[in-house]
Amino acid sequence: MRLEVSVCKQLGAFALDAAFASDGGVTALFGRSGSGKTSVLNAIAGLLRPDRGRIALEGEALFDAAARVDVAVHRRRIGYVFQEGRLLPHITVHQNLLYGRRFARGPGAVPLDKVIELLGLAKLLERRPHDLSGGEKQRVAIGRALLADPRLLLMDEPLAALDAPRKSEILYYVERLRDEVRVPIVYVSHSLDEVVRLADTIVVMSEGRALYAGPVADAMARMELRPYLGRFEGGAVIDARVGEQDLEMGLARLDFAGGALLAPDVDALPGERVRVRIRARDVSLATVRPEAISMLNVLACRVVAMGEPAGASVDVQIDASGTVLIARVTRKSVAALGLAPGVPVYALIKSVAIDRRSVGYA
Amino acid sequence: MLLSPAELEVLGLSLKVAFTGVIASLPVALALAYLLARAQFPGKILLDGIVHLPLVLPPVVIGYLLLVALGRNGPLGAWLAQHFGIVFAFRWTGAALAASVMGLPLAVRAMRQAIEAVDRRLEAAASTLGAPPLAVFASVTLPLILPGVLNGMLLSFARSLGEFGATITFVSNIPGETQTLPLAIYSLTQVPGGDAQAMRLCLLSIVLSLSALVVSEIMLRRARRRAHGA
Repeated sequence: MRLEVSVCKQLGAFALDAAFASDGGVTALFGRSGSGKTSVLNAIAGLLRPDRGRIALEGEALFDAAARVDVAVHRRRIGYVFQEGRLLPHITVHQNLLYGRRFARGPGAVPLDKVIELLGLAKLLERRPHDLSGGEKQRVAIGRALLADPRLLLMDEPLAALDAPRKSEILYYVERLRDEVRVPIVYVSHSLDEVVRLADTIVVMSEGRALYAGPVADAMARMELRPYLGRFEGGAVIDARVGEQDLEMGLARLDFAGGALLAPDVDALPGERVRVRIRARDVSLATVRPEAISMLNVLACRVVAMGEPAGASVDVQIDASGTVLIARVTRKSVAALGLAPGVPVYALIKSVAIDRRSVGYA
Repeated sequence: MLLSPAELEVLGLSLKVAFTGVIASLPVALALAYLLARAQFPGKILLDGIVHLPLVLPPVVIGYLLLVALGRNGPLGAWLAQHFGIVFAFRWTGAALAASVMGLPLAVRAMRQAIEAVDRRLEAAASTLGAPPLAVFASVTLPLILPGVLNGMLLSFARSLGEFGATITFVSNIPGETQTLPLAIYSLTQVPGGDAQAMRLCLLSIVLSLSALVVSEIMLRRARRRAHGA
């Protein structure tokens, strides 16, 4: 599945001018509120008509201003899970689920039973949307979109209105969608946690523009994107494989190209591939290998680049035998240690800083 | 029997005129309400004004205009009689037409408000699920505005039961053909000794209007419950 998007639209004082492409899997549209993420989704769905541009799915134009192509919303076969669910209030959950069936052309890639099982909807079928909780509404909305047999699923911050336990519940269902149904998804979010956990490709949006589109790990390693990915949560993402597990100590070894990390509470079996986010603020630097410290992860690295100082701190991009990490240190330490590109350093990472929320299952 | 044959005839005619008027004007009212709620076009304010005219004009004016246009010798009336055999002048159908014209603004207002209250994001959601525009209207918009449509029909019905000025001007006061309840009451008050009978018909009017209101309120509550899924 290849999705190509290039849209320009003037919306009052706001100018949307974004272009990106994606090759299936989960594509995250990431950015602050007001950066134009939802407008992009609406343009893909056909709910917003761009002034200029082209939107194509598998080479077939859905919108092409130059060729005067604008496929009607109901003919695009693009599922949309809205932030607020938008279930039809006058019919039951079961009728909501089947709503798109009568308009679908084929028998549908996913049968009703499978959707009910996948999203845990069996007990909700005879209820009305009014009687559902926020999380239940979202699950029904996802099921309803799936049953319309979409070629692509758009999800607009489906977790925004939910509390933390419901969030992780829906995230789990979205992962099953990605892994079991294998429907391509464009997922709008302003949470880096969700993006790291779900997405293969990230599109970083700011003020109506797509600043970057590419692999999540690559985006995280780029210094110029740091301000947009959020300073607090920002950091590197590495692809790793679960190695040995020390069940007594509750630790697992995560092997990656630049070495290995010990991490606690990893919910995966040896051999499974995982994606690990290491926040910049959890990485310390030393110029000599420290001994007798509690930090279990000490990686030999080399400084690649220095970021722009922000207040007292600076993000330092370091290379661990081919894997890029980012460390946030004070300007005072930079001066004291003489940090500059090319300087060999040791990266120190607390194991307990790598928690469940930092690990995604690829 | 509670009612005399003559009274029954008046009651039956009134109901027939009101029902026919409401049913016949329903598609027109719904289309006008939709147009005024959703469409943007030049002259929208003017159309809105024209729809509301029967509410503010003296009913006699409406009745007279209908007589001029649709009377036997009126341009429209002659044409309809010649090509379709439809005659309004001095017939109960004319009374129904007068009633529906007088009730139209009330029906349009209620339906327009209901259409404007529909969450259009639900319609957008339905179209992303593959529903073509007509299916969206039938399966989303219509069920959601049903309480408003019922309400509009009721208001129009109640207005029809009370219609007097336009009816008597357009189709006159013919017992058994165009003499609805208000016209019958009027006639009785014009003859000596008709007071008691007039009072009976007044009571009948009250009972009729009150039951219409109660029945409609029950229907409205049910429809609202369904539309909001509560």
